[in-house]
Amino acid sequence: MKPMNLVQRWFGRGWLSMGYLFLYLPIIVLVVFSFNSSRQDMVWSGFTTQWYAALMNDSEIISGLGLSLRIAVMTACASVVLGTFAAFVLNRYQRFAGRTLFSGMVSAPLVMPEVIIGLSLLLMLVSVQKVFGFPERGMLTIWLGHTLLGMAYAAVVVQSRLQEMSKSLEEAAMDLGCKPHQVFFLVTLPNITQALGSAWLLTFTLSLDDVVLSAFLSGPGSSTMPIVIFSRARLGLDPRVNAVAALTILVVSIGVITSSLYMARAERLRQKQISAAFKADTE
Amino acid sequence: MKRSLMHFLSLRWLTGRRLVIGLPFAWLTFAFLVPFLIVMRISFTESDGGNPFGTLMTMADGVITLKVKISNYLFIAQDDLYVLTYLSSIKFAAITTLLCLIVGYPFAYFMARSRPALRPMLMMMVMLPFWTSFLLRIYAWKGILANNGILNHALLTLGLIETPLHMMNTQFSLMIGMVYAYLPFMILPLYANLVKMDVRFLEAAADLGATPLQTFWRITVPLSKSGIIAGAMLVFIPAVGEYVIPELLGGPETLMIGHVLWDEFFTNNDWPMASSVTVVVILLILVPMAIFNKYKAEQGSRL
Repeated sequence: MKPMNLVQRWFGRGWLSMGYLFLYLPIIVLVVFSFNSSRQDMVWSGFTTQWYAALMNDSEIISGLGLSLRIAVMTACASVVLGTFAAFVLNRYQRFAGRTLFSGMVSAPLVMPEVIIGLSLLLMLVSVQKVFGFPERGMLTIWLGHTLLGMAYAAVVVQSRLQEMSKSLEEAAMDLGCKPHQVFFLVTLPNITQALGSAWLLTFTLSLDDVVLSAFLSGPGSSTMPIVIFSRARLGLDPRVNAVAALTILVVSIGVITSSLYMARAERLRQKQISAAFKADTE
Repeated sequence: MKRSLMHFLSLRWLTGRRLVIGLPFAWLTFAFLVPFLIVMRISFTESDGGNPFGTLMTMADGVITLKVKISNYLFIAQDDLYVLTYLSSIKFAAITTLLCLIVGYPFAYFMARSRPALRPMLMMMVMLPFWTSFLLRIYAWKGILANNGILNHALLTLGLIETPLHMMNTQFSLMIGMVYAYLPFMILPLYANLVKMDVRFLEAAADLGATPLQTFWRITVPLSKSGIIAGAMLVFIPAVGEYVIPELLGGPETLMIGHVLWDEFFTNNDWPMASSVTVVVILLILVPMAIFNKYKAEQGSRL
């Protein structure tokens, strides 16, 4: 292609830099101002770590974090299992009664406003409770809502991997006499582990971050961390929230970097094994 | 009859394929379809007094009476507040979409035209903020845009303004937050589209004497139409129902439907009304979704 001229190139660089600045500005601000000693103003007035100390004594946030983490782990596990099932169905079973309805239901939570999903789930839970006397609103009901959303995201991630994966490996296993479940666990699953890992992390962070569904589905005494943060953020600026933000950013960056390094290594190893297997085969 | 019951109890019908389809299907029916049917059902009950879970059908003296109340819907259609809220939600979602396109198109374009070795990193850098809490990133804008915030402070220090600008809790702060949150949803499909574009079309246009601007308008933009539509829908549809951003960054003039729905449900405790408002939002969203799906299907069949 004809290379861009100098003006275009610099215009492009400028636009990209401004765009990235826009995307990263809030993150930088959160981290920097978590060390600011002023309570009210967003004006730099000296370095301090007092907000981190205040955070450690903030029982509301600490217990919210505990609950959020438990729900997030449960959500991620359930979403990956259900999402993998759904992705597998969408990708491999072209014909069955209700396929249109099924695929519509898998992807609908992705675009439906959360207020609507939250409201309808809550109304259903209230009806169920009227009949059976349970469940009480709390951890379990929040998990239900998060998993509905998480499953949709997991299905997208896993499905795109399934689409890339060549079916010849599965067909070969089948020809060699594997039963369907053996094909799945011995061939398909090892090939999509990476996608399962990303789906797990994605649904984990999704659950850890969700406000609206949690607010609808939580009961008294089951406030997740985002609910606590949201109610404080509505009132105004709170430097302890900046400290929470800086800590999450730290944890997330460590998580993303280690997991991507680990996944890259696993992928290299797998490629090496595959090529070794082919080599052994041809010799 | 007996045999089929035995067959059912033996669980032998639960073969692999049935289980694989059945498990997510049952889950989605329980967690997605049934709740919507319940909302539909409650939206047709009386707003005041009556039990929203009561029966819609009553039988008295052998006559079945159907008690379907459309009073909520009539109220929504007649009350200015609801009509104005729906209109302003659509307006803000449309402006968000347009601004995302204006900012995101050149961004995706230059990303797609950058050196191939650089592209995965540029892509990764668009995705990375997703891993940090959305709530906290929106909260950060409060600190930037507030009267005593960073932006005002910077402008005052530079001497560009004399008194702090009032930016928080206005349409401006709402739009900043919305564009910020939804920009990646515009960039990603556009980039995916632009990076695949056959550059021979562009070369041909240039060879035939088109100026770069003409090539852009008459070749690049039409070829990226499907990316534009995908991005616009990914931004517009969720933006209509957005709740958190208007709540944190919006103000009195930025009425949005999510807020009204929340209020109806939690403050007024009017479940039938909240359900009717919900049903109308779903109907509003279904139209752009249908357009999107139809377009995607057409694209799919052509490829």
